[in-house]
Amino acid sequence: MNTVMSNKRIIALYVLPSLFLILAIIYVPIVLTGYYGLMNWNGIGKPSYIGLANYKTLMHDSVFWHSTFHSLLFALLSTLCLILYLAVALVLSGKIRGANLLRKIYLIPMLLSSVAIAQLWLKVYHPTNGILNGLLEKLGFHHTPEWLADPHIVLYAIFIPILWQFAGFYILIYYAALKNIPASLVEAAKIDGANALQVALRIKLPLISEVIKVTIVLAVVGSLKYFDLIYVMTDGGPNQASEVMASYMYHKAFREFDFGYGSAIGFFLLIICLVATWVIRRLTATKDTIQYS
Amino acid sequence: MKSKILTLGTLLIATTLVVTACGGNSGNNNAANSSAGTDNSASDSSNANASSGNSNSGAASDEKITLKMMHLWPDGSNSAQNKMVTDIISEYEKANPNVTIDTEVLENEQYKNKLKVLSASNDLPDVGFTWAAGFMDPYVNGNMFAPVDDLLQGELKDKFVAGTTEAYSFGGKTYALPVELNIVPVYYNKEIFAKYNLQAPKTLDELKTVIKTLNDNNVTPITLGGKDAWPSSFWYMYLADRIGGPDVMDKAVASNDFNDPALLDAAKQAQELVNMNAFVKGYNGLSNEEAKALFMNEKAAMFAMGTWEVPNYTTSPDVPQAFKDKIGYFKFPTVDGGKGNVDDWVGGPGVGLFVSQNSKHVDEAKKFVSFFVQKWGEHSVTDAGVIPATKVDTSTVKLPPMFIDLLNELNKASKVTLYLDTQMKPGASDAHHNLVQALLGKAVTPDEFIKKQDEALKAGK
Repeated sequence: MNTVMSNKRIIALYVLPSLFLILAIIYVPIVLTGYYGLMNWNGIGKPSYIGLANYKTLMHDSVFWHSTFHSLLFALLSTLCLILYLAVALVLSGKIRGANLLRKIYLIPMLLSSVAIAQLWLKVYHPTNGILNGLLEKLGFHHTPEWLADPHIVLYAIFIPILWQFAGFYILIYYAALKNIPASLVEAAKIDGANALQVALRIKLPLISEVIKVTIVLAVVGSLKYFDLIYVMTDGGPNQASEVMASYMYHKAFREFDFGYGSAIGFFLLIICLVATWVIRRLTATKDTIQYS
Repeated sequence: MKSKILTLGTLLIATTLVVTACGGNSGNNNAANSSAGTDNSASDSSNANASSGNSNSGAASDEKITLKMMHLWPDGSNSAQNKMVTDIISEYEKANPNVTIDTEVLENEQYKNKLKVLSASNDLPDVGFTWAAGFMDPYVNGNMFAPVDDLLQGELKDKFVAGTTEAYSFGGKTYALPVELNIVPVYYNKEIFAKYNLQAPKTLDELKTVIKTLNDNNVTPITLGGKDAWPSSFWYMYLADRIGGPDVMDKAVASNDFNDPALLDAAKQAQELVNMNAFVKGYNGLSNEEAKALFMNEKAAMFAMGTWEVPNYTTSPDVPQAFKDKIGYFKFPTVDGGKGNVDDWVGGPGVGLFVSQNSKHVDEAKKFVSFFVQKWGEHSVTDAGVIPATKVDTSTVKLPPMFIDLLNELNKASKVTLYLDTQMKPGASDAHHNLVQALLGKAVTPDEFIKKQDEALKAGK
């Protein structure tokens, strides 16, 4: 076994297939996207090189910045929601009745496909037959909102199902991390007279800080590139009021046949995600990681 | 133990949810399955092609040929069309034993995307469907479709309704053959109209009175799937036609100039309808299917939609006869002082069959296309309730009255204006979708609407 592992050729042989796959389906397309971004290409004929013209248009494209703003707003909201998820996980990880069942209930939305969730919430938001407006009418409101048709509301109306969809995922991660904290530490704190809130804030949170950082990156990057539920529920409409970067990219490339410009948007999205990740890592960097022992 | 039961129980709930969720999408599943199936056979067929290419010397008629065809009618959502395609193919295969036709079925939007991806990799099916005018433009310019004029001059001469093949021609050559032809009447619920003593409106003012009466009685006047945008475009187009006359939109698109005053007036009238609450609440958030459901459930009195909906009011076995009897249609009302004629229609050929330029069997594919178009013309009205682009002799076929009426309307139509979003190039078309949404959502003023649409047309994309 040792001789096998020390033979560099054999190591290379084992690594190659997955390396090839990663190159072929992730890195090569990224490079190609950047390359197509420099082209004037309708996706069908021959691309022609136009340098940075697509990126220059992008800088002055108000709809693009509009959708970037939506994406960033969504990233901010989903990050803020992490606090809520963390609170739920803290409660669940305490010894409360039915925690196990609750944890599973929270996870169910994650098991559904985005399309199913979108269909479900389309019914909820239906302006005349939806349960939400039905409920509001029962409560005595006459002018119930047109959730998905009102450009001022639509963006928030579609954020809610998305946040709901991923709640279980983050709660599960936090829950697992919290369960990993040795009971002895918590007990020691209690013996020293710490109350439940102090235990949570001073002991548990610092111990799972690494996990929290990871979830922030996941939430921000996930929100920036989010597409499917928005596509099904509003398709960016009405009049692009719920357009995000990914849906705008899709519209440009596949609806308007402007593949070059779509690629430029895609590449820009990649850069924004990378920058966001880097900024978050810098902001949350700590010199020494906290150890359990 | 207790927790195990809990786990099992939750799992069970979860599985049920997932399964039910899948149930709703069975149409898509079918499409996905069948496409997976054809992917395999596609590689088979390319092998077959390769081998037949090597043994070129064999007699042409005995040569085994596999033609690949893509269409957009999954069994789940368009069973009638799906069955017709299958029937025609098996008929053709019986008559030409050396030809096998592989089909791949995808739902509308996926179909468009896949077509684009395939053409980018030069891998279009031998035969497939395309939309007219603006949609085809990049494909024709990219030399992806083979001209089919030889068929039009030959065995298909004079078979098509006048003016239908033009939408598929570029620079004097025709690149696809239409199979459907649709116009857009306004369907209305006669029972609701009778209840409030209303007549089918003949002028815009009458229509406004109808809308007002219905609103006063808390009945939704018009249902509209504004999320999909193209249904909203029908309303704008009709207003533009009735005010500006039959050529105003064609001219605007052809000359890339959207500044005709009639187009502005139409935008103003459209917003006036919005101000009257003519359209169902939240229409800009409703898809066409959702909007249609309101009409089918008699929650709205009027619905402007293409004649592809007619089977639902005549032949479809899934719709109760009592409902069908209540539905009538009227032609879009005229506007006082407008130049439009009541016999002008918004509509146009739907999808058409193309033959791939890079197909290894262009001649065989053309032969099949010709066969398909003729058979489709024979069966489509009677079997599927689809109006073909080929001429129908209404005296020989037995059809529900609404069909006969509409076919006759078509015969005396003074003009069929092709859907604006189809006429325009993809970029301007997408802008048109956003702009009609904005216009009916009152997010732009009529002046801004005109200005932005004009800019989008002039951008030339």
